[in-house]
Amino acid sequence: MIPPSFDYVAPKTLSEAVAALGQHENAKILAGGQSLIPLMRFRLASPAVLIDLNRVEGLSYIDEKNGWLRIGSMTRESAVEHSELVSEKYSLLADTAKVISDPIVRNFGTVGGNLANGDPGNDHPATMLAYGAEVVAVGPNGERVIPITSFFRGLYESDLAPNEILTEVRIPASKPRSGGAYLKLERKVGDFATAAVAAQVELDNQGNFTSVGIGLTNVGLTAIKATEAENFLKGKAASDENIRQAAKLAAEAAQPIADVRGSEDYKRSLVKTYTIRALRMAVQRAKGG
Amino acid sequence: MSTHHISVTINGKTHQADVESRLLLVHFLRENLNMTGTHIGCDTTSCGACTVQLNGKPVKSCTVLAVQADGMEVKTIEGLAQNGKLHPIQEGFHEQHGLQCGFCSPGMMMTSSALLEQKPHPSEDEIRHAISGNLCRCTGYMNIVKAVQYAADKMAEGG
Repeated sequence: MIPPSFDYVAPKTLSEAVAALGQHENAKILAGGQSLIPLMRFRLASPAVLIDLNRVEGLSYIDEKNGWLRIGSMTRESAVEHSELVSEKYSLLADTAKVISDPIVRNFGTVGGNLANGDPGNDHPATMLAYGAEVVAVGPNGERVIPITSFFRGLYESDLAPNEILTEVRIPASKPRSGGAYLKLERKVGDFATAAVAAQVELDNQGNFTSVGIGLTNVGLTAIKATEAENFLKGKAASDENIRQAAKLAAEAAQPIADVRGSEDYKRSLVKTYTIRALRMAVQRAKGG
Repeated sequence: MSTHHISVTINGKTHQADVESRLLLVHFLRENLNMTGTHIGCDTTSCGACTVQLNGKPVKSCTVLAVQADGMEVKTIEGLAQNGKLHPIQEGFHEQHGLQCGFCSPGMMMTSSALLEQKPHPSEDEIRHAISGNLCRCTGYMNIVKAVQYAADKMAEGG
């Protein structure tokens, strides 16, 4: 299948890219293209112009700076997967990067594209919700920082204005006694999640939760932050009983629809089980195991 | 519609062409250059039959625009054998019966030869992980894994 005709521009700098986005009607950013190009082949998207970010310098990096882990929007998923910094200190992100689509797609797919696409089946959204991340967008009037909790507006819809480009996502720098895990059930490698759960926790010296983030993948129109489950755990002991109670609340927060991957009940039950397992693993990692 | 002049080095040889922006890399290879070793399987970014190496990394050529490859190096299955001598991965697929119908084989070999460049002695798990984006409906993968192991041993011996 061949995509419908479109114009194509490949700016070299971010300001050229922002200018090009403002100049064209019905323009779309091409990042890794691993979702966009298939959508265009299926005629589910027909942008008039593609603005390719692949030749823009300076959008691919993973580093720690000013209390954040910063990831440039054009960073390939495989770069995250193979980053020593990520695998040593950001276990939730490391888990996530390993299960996004398949290894070949990860060589071209980007972190920014995974977020900006606004697909509830993508994996970074739930992970970034669990981390309490921030997204940086650049438009004609400069830079804007968007908390991840207000980034996902609906199915394939984000808070980005039509003339803004996502340039960075940043995660609070890893703290002592913190850890996370991402658990995903997929029918086969490369499929979207039947459901997946991201958990990120921080413990105090007594083993009580001081901070908890839980994100759910593909059980709603957007990734879901399981706020009630998070609030329930804060200040409480990291016991199995509390984790089980929180998992019930997370399952109640899920809004799955029945499809080829399973019924509503099945997916809700899966969210519960995976929340228990993800929280257990996150706690174990926070304790240094 | 826009047309772009591109220059792409494919298996060491530079090709110049004017291409429509919507032309996919796999179609550029197969139809413009008549290099039909790269297969089109699912056409949905799922099966990996169209895998080629772009600047050394396996990518699905049905999900990259030809214009995006401008200035880059592409390696296809036609570029594996050198001077009439099979690449160790090709020899491995031959010796270990790593194929039946052969449809997935070009993609499998482009992915696994890239793996061996990065990791000359992969474990079975690492091989299976690396090829998890390439679907084979015949072999059950066992002999493909053996073929990659054969190539790893062969390359370690220097040949």
